Amino acid sequence: MSGQPPLLELVELVRHFPVRNAFGRRTGWIRAVDGVSLAVYPGETIGLVGESGCGKSTLGKTVMGIHAPTAGDIRFAGREIGRLPPRQRRAIARDLQYVYQDPGASLDPRWKVLHSLHEPLKIHTRLSHAEREQQVRAILAAVGLPDAHLDHYPHELSGGQQRRVGLARILTLRPRMVILDEPTSGLDVSVQASVLKLVRALQETFALTYVFISHDLAVVRAMCARIAVMYLGKLVEVGDTALVFEAPRHPYTRSLLAAVPRIGGRRVTLDFALEGEPPNPRDVPSGCRFRTRCPLVQDRCAAEEPPLREVDGRRVACHFA
Amino acid sequence: MTELLSVRGLRVDFVTDGGVAQVLDGINLDVGPGEVVGLVGESGCGKTTLARAILGILPAGAARVRGGEVRFRGADLLRQDPAVVNARVRGKAITFIPQDPSTSFSPLFPVQTQIMDLMKWKSPRAGDGGASWPLWRYPRGRYRADREAVLETLRAVQIPEPARALRRLPHEFSGGQRQRLMIAMALLPQPDLIIADEPTTALDVTIQAQILRLLRELVKARGVSVLFTTHDLGTAHEICDRVVVMYAGQEMEAAPTDAFFARPAHPYTRRLLASVPRSDGEIRDIPGDVPSLVAPPPGCRFHPRCDHATPECQARPALRALAPDHGVRCHHPVDGPVGAGA
Amino acid sequence: MSAAWFVVRRLARDRSALVGLILIGALLLAALLAPVLATHPDDVFELHPAQRLQAPSGNHWLGTDRMGADVYSRLLFGARITILIGVIAVGASLLVGVPVGLVAGHFHGWFSDLLMRVSDIFLAVPQVVLAIAIAQTLGPSLPNVILALSATYWPWFARVVYAETRVVQKEIFVESTVALGASPWRLTALHVLPNIASPIIVRASIGMGFTILTAAALGFLGLGPPPPTPEWGRTIAESREFLPDAWWYAAAPGLAIFLTVMGFNLLGDGLRDVLDPRLRRGRTPRDD
Repeated sequence: MSGQPPLLELVELVRHFPVRNAFGRRTGWIRAVDGVSLAVYPGETIGLVGESGCGKSTLGKTVMGIHAPTAGDIRFAGREIGRLPPRQRRAIARDLQYVYQDPGASLDPRWKVLHSLHEPLKIHTRLSHAEREQQVRAILAAVGLPDAHLDHYPHELSGGQQRRVGLARILTLRPRMVILDEPTSGLDVSVQASVLKLVRALQETFALTYVFISHDLAVVRAMCARIAVMYLGKLVEVGDTALVFEAPRHPYTRSLLAAVPRIGGRRVTLDFALEGEPPNPRDVPSGCRFRTRCPLVQDRCAAEEPPLREVDGRRVACHFA
Repeated sequence: MTELLSVRGLRVDFVTDGGVAQVLDGINLDVGPGEVVGLVGESGCGKTTLARAILGILPAGAARVRGGEVRFRGADLLRQDPAVVNARVRGKAITFIPQDPSTSFSPLFPVQTQIMDLMKWKSPRAGDGGASWPLWRYPRGRYRADREAVLETLRAVQIPEPARALRRLPHEFSGGQRQRLMIAMALLPQPDLIIADEPTTALDVTIQAQILRLLRELVKARGVSVLFTTHDLGTAHEICDRVVVMYAGQEMEAAPTDAFFARPAHPYTRRLLASVPRSDGEIRDIPGDVPSLVAPPPGCRFHPRCDHATPECQARPALRALAPDHGVRCHHPVDGPVGAGA
Repeated sequence: MSAAWFVVRRLARDRSALVGLILIGALLLAALLAPVLATHPDDVFELHPAQRLQAPSGNHWLGTDRMGADVYSRLLFGARITILIGVIAVGASLLVGVPVGLVAGHFHGWFSDLLMRVSDIFLAVPQVVLAIAIAQTLGPSLPNVILALSATYWPWFARVVYAETRVVQKEIFVESTVALGASPWRLTALHVLPNIASPIIVRASIGMGFTILTAAALGFLGLGPPPPTPEWGRTIAESREFLPDAWWYAAAPGLAIFLTVMGFNLLGDGLRDVLDPRLRRGRTPRDD
């Protein structure tokens, strides 16, 4: 990882959504992603955590090209991709892919699995039918599904099998980087374990780099070597997972970690102190966004927005870290 | 100790396109007064069906209660006159907090409408309730007293400016706030038992921590029992006094929270706890799949996936008491802490 | 093809849809086998003034008309006209309306607004009135009737397709196929269109009923194909001066129109029930 240039580099990435009233007039902005700078290195798994409204999903979709960036750069393998014309942007899909929370839902319900798996190759390559067929079967084996499933429709498969097919479809292109958006959200613990094992195995087989978006800190801790914590559109702490979990520096990270139940330990809710809810992304507080709930808040926090700076081996955005 | 709620041998079938699914297979469950009991299990284990069966809100067309009893304060709810259950028990002595806060309120009316409607029928001051005629009468004096109680309860669940909040529409509240409103509505009739069906699943972890703390404080202060279903073991650890684990329509183990997490005896419980992601990065899953409920395995339904299974597991094990309050239904309960090789 | 058979089987369970299916089947049979089923097939052209206005009898099952022609036989041949008008008019509406709807649904700017406003304008005028205006301007003939009907029915397709396209666009599988790098063409033709086929089919069936009714109205007003074409609406118009004595003259085509339109409506309703919830989503059942 060290020494190699980053595979993905975000430079002050911004994505705002306009808020329109009943007449279509713009009355404000939802500042979903408000200036994020992050580097992702080849072969690593970096976790992107935060609660609802923090913008992590929007960040993933903006990098993927589902949303166009409002400002800032997205550099993939050294090349700026955020402002490419549509046809060229579509070609990037070969190397950079995105997995939905429910990959099964990403399949067209009226298409047989075989058809769905051929599609990425039809779009991006000029391989013959036989060559495509070979690739498809190889991928199917890699995700642990039998050939018989090719003839089925998505709704004829179980949820877990649909998930594998969804993953297989993306892998047919042999991407270099995959953005996983809440891959285990809503899953039972044992199913989650199976999915995580599969994700890990695939990383080895296909030499993938992962951006792992999740709100589940326990999962991120087990899967990601580095972690980036997001709050209301900006990163508040970025660093090695072990370090951040051991000694979080940002007050929000501390609260977040304090809220996670610890089985076999003391009840966290007894000590949990964070009150209130995150502000609406429409009315972002001036200065530091977390100041409305922060136990360390002082006057300076409203006036000056803290930059992300190096502190104790990681980057933190707080005046008092 | 007389139990507040006592379920014995409850059997429920669901009629589905693929056949008759035996969703609950002779469930036994106890909830004592003032106790918070967690019902833990994965999708398809039947915990929501059990909650609904206790409340008596199973889908009439599809569900069949095949046997067993649900004793609440001594009386069997399944055999009582439904009108009486509706008037005195449901929504009054036993209340419900649903999973999804976004669909619990009618979007057309201010929350006040729905809450005061609840109070009209189920307020502790409403007497014996029942469909009294004329239906629209809501005596002034009682209305004022009820409204006071509503405001006080809203303050207790930490809704800021309760009087103003009542006039707002549901979509103006966040998910966490709506769940607080649901908790308030569950507490207002002064119930003996609250059934909470995964109430924090849809919430962020920091909000969840707030809601769990709030709920536990309130029910402990008022001596209300709670039956709390969840698939998240961490949540159960936070809020429950006792934990019962279910698998494929059967209850497997019941123990006080500390004992449950420290010394689980049932192989399934151990596997479940082992599959929680660990900080060292190791991930263990459970091989195999949840069985079909239409053609379930005989006896203990976990035995096809269990390392310790023997032929005798094809007969349902009876309840074995490992400790006065720690019961297991297993022929081969395991000793020792988790981590010592599941 | 197995999908079509599946649909028919499910339809058969719904009694009113079954009635519809039978009626339409009868119509198709009548049209196809008119030369065989008719007792006096030549009466479409020939005149027998001596036998005019005879009541139904063993020889003439539904009586004769003012020219002495057998009402029953002319009715059967009229079925051909009816189906022809219906199929071509609805087909043409489909060919215009569906692409308009797809394009309007895909884009999000002023262009799609423009398209939908144009179709709204057409929809604002009652279909019959507009059809009359067009047919009147162009003159009574079969092609003109079909043109008038297509011109008034295409907006219905456009509107349904626009609404459904907007809904389907929000589905995750569409977004993920975009993320996969699919071009808008591929997306629309291979993913969107198959997924909105059901509402289009339902609309087409109901449209047939509506169109045939309007065609009969045009025929009644003399704006349809000229005599001696045995068009049902025109036949009713001819019968007016002989009522109420020659009741069979009006009752036969009237009943035929009624049964045909009702048949298509029942079929359309049945199709809507069968197609939409079933094939739209293959949802795994909710747990617990």
